[in-house]
Amino acid sequence: MSAATDHGAGHGSGPSTTAGTPVLSLRGVSHSFGAVRALVDVDLDVHPREVVAVVGDNGAGKSTLVGIMAGTIVPDAGELVVDGQELGLTSPGLARQLGIATVFQDLALCDDLDVVENLYLGQELRRGGVLDEVAMEREAWRVLSRLGARVDSVRAPVATLSGGQRQTVAIARALLGDPRVLVLDEPTAALGVTQTAEVLTTIERVRDSGHGVVLVSHNMADVQAVADRVVVLRRGRLNGDFDAEQASYEDIIAAITGVSAPRRRRTAGEDA
Amino acid sequence: MSGTALDLSWRHGGAPWGRWRGEPGPWPVIGALVVLSLVFQAVNGNFLSADNLVNLTLQSASLGIITLGVVLVLMVGQIDLSVGAVSGLAAAVVAVGFVQQGWPLWVAVLTAVLLGAGIGGVYGLLTTRLGLPSFVVTLAGLLVAVGLQVRVLGSTGSVNLPYESWLVRFAQQTFLHPVASYAVVALVLAAYVGSRLLERRRRVEAELSAASLPTVAGRAAVLAVVLLVPTWYLNTDRGVGAMVALFVGLVVVADLLLRRTAWGRSVRAVGSNVDSARRAGIAVRRVYVTCFMACTALAALGGVLSAGRLAAANQGTGGSDLNLTAIAAAVIGGTSLFGGRGSAWSAVLGVLVIQAISSGLTLLNVDSSVRYVVTGVVLALAVTIDAVSRRRSEAGGGVRR
Ligand SMILES: Nc1ncnc2c1ncn2[C@@H]1O[C@H](COP(=O)(O)OP(=O)(O)OP(=O)(O)O)[C@@H](O)[C@H]1O
Ligand SMILES: [Mg+2]
Repeated sequence: MSAATDHGAGHGSGPSTTAGTPVLSLRGVSHSFGAVRALVDVDLDVHPREVVAVVGDNGAGKSTLVGIMAGTIVPDAGELVVDGQELGLTSPGLARQLGIATVFQDLALCDDLDVVENLYLGQELRRGGVLDEVAMEREAWRVLSRLGARVDSVRAPVATLSGGQRQTVAIARALLGDPRVLVLDEPTAALGVTQTAEVLTTIERVRDSGHGVVLVSHNMADVQAVADRVVVLRRGRLNGDFDAEQASYEDIIAAITGVSAPRRRRTAGEDA
Repeated sequence: MSGTALDLSWRHGGAPWGRWRGEPGPWPVIGALVVLSLVFQAVNGNFLSADNLVNLTLQSASLGIITLGVVLVLMVGQIDLSVGAVSGLAAAVVAVGFVQQGWPLWVAVLTAVLLGAGIGGVYGLLTTRLGLPSFVVTLAGLLVAVGLQVRVLGSTGSVNLPYESWLVRFAQQTFLHPVASYAVVALVLAAYVGSRLLERRRRVEAELSAASLPTVAGRAAVLAVVLLVPTWYLNTDRGVGAMVALFVGLVVVADLLLRRTAWGRSVRAVGSNVDSARRAGIAVRRVYVTCFMACTALAALGGVLSAGRLAAANQGTGGSDLNLTAIAAAVIGGTSLFGGRGSAWSAVLGVLVIQAISSGLTLLNVDSSVRYVVTGVVLALAVTIDAVSRRRSEAGGGVRR
């Protein structure tokens, strides 16, 4: 629980970014699982009012990057800067306290708990020492309807929900408590057309309220719809950082697959 | 908007009689209890006599307290195989401390219970810090506790507690005065109705679906019958034993902790999916450690009470099949072996089933071999119900982790 900086703090500060301090920066982050180098020297800045899409092939290291921002993975090397302050993000609870909310690729729900219990897990509302079920249930309906979710009962165990409903619950959980940085790992993979649209609208709304969003996705249509910046990971390394307005679909695909494309750039900073 | 806390099965954190689609709830166990009672009563008219039922409740109390601890550990998806041995060790500590060392009795009792909690703390640390499986850690703990029990009891191997000590009197001869028992029932009913009405009003104010007034009244009436009939019947004989009242009181406290506090919620979350619970920011280790400690502390308390009831502690206290009986009782009562689902009340139901079988077969003068077989069959049935209902809810669950 302590905020000890127990990973490599000796890195020089990365290339400085353009206007505005990032809410969240990763500097020279590397992480290995045994012999697998999941991330190698990755820099990433998330600014306020910005949606950063992280794309890459399967196994490129996207979820590892998400885990590091969520506090579930402590990287082997590199540092994490929140609000200009370098710190060791050593627990998921700490990340939440700092306002970093995450939707995990596997959703991280507890099947035996109902929707309300999952939404407020680890951040329950209390009233005189005991759980305030009424307030939590009321808020649950509110945040779910904001996402256009269709659930019959917020008191059914999430094991009984459909894949899309579960995904909506996970997204709703991340939105509770008004996070400053919203990290989403494949948030629309299981969603239908309407729900996907709602989630994309929500992402834009979070951005417009001044927060930063990291969106990991395989869905290029989603990325192009909401992203301001597209960061490409390839085999654990940064392989491109594009302005979403200017980059073409082909540029991004080329960076993902590693086939060289004429306008491919390799910069760690921001272009626009 | 449908769905209220009342729709929820007790195993998912709802009220004890809560029910949820496709979930059997406590009904199979209650059904089993009714069937067992009718069968035994048909064969031997003494089974349902007030005298026999008072004995049955007294025999249930210490095993029930141990089972309550097992329920907590099962809820987080762990197991404690050493509850019997820990209860035996606690009994030995009380007897030797009080009789041979001359400690004040309350000091001896407190020491035994704290020792129990300490053992659970060690289990918790070994499983969370070193990642050892609780199965093995508690098996090792069982052996250590048995060894300590023999050592503490010394060469005689048995220590008698004086009949006039309060522990023995509490466990053997203290019964709630009938007036007191009815007063407790009235208080519980008033608290229940009050909290229901309060919750109803808040839900209506929040524009959530709320139980109708007739529903609240109906449930209160059912609760009144469930509480008053046994109290009245036991009062026609010796009454409600103090130890029985203590057991039920502990169950009520555990039930409220599990359903109404953040700790209880984290217990169910950890049992359901540790990894998700950790990523939700729950201090998973603390949850494990508190459950192990509560389990062994309750086991120690159960051992102390059984020493009081027998007015003695010996090498056999807490031995033989007590471990397995307590675990079987928790599962028969409806707590899942797979973690995440259960209720404090399953300790009551499970222990009643086990003791009904034991008492009924004793009345029939049947060999203990039959008792083991019958208990084993009931346990197998309970696990089957658990596994089937789990599979069914998974089948409806779409994507799983
Ligand atoms: N817990 C783990 N243990 C061992 N190896 C891991 C673990 N998690 C990830 N890896 C490895 O690290 C690499 C990056 O995995 P990661 O999950 O970050 O990929 P990803 O980009 O999210 O892929 P996908 O698009 O399939 O979700 C992979 O080679 C994977 O095998
Ligand atoms: Mg991934």
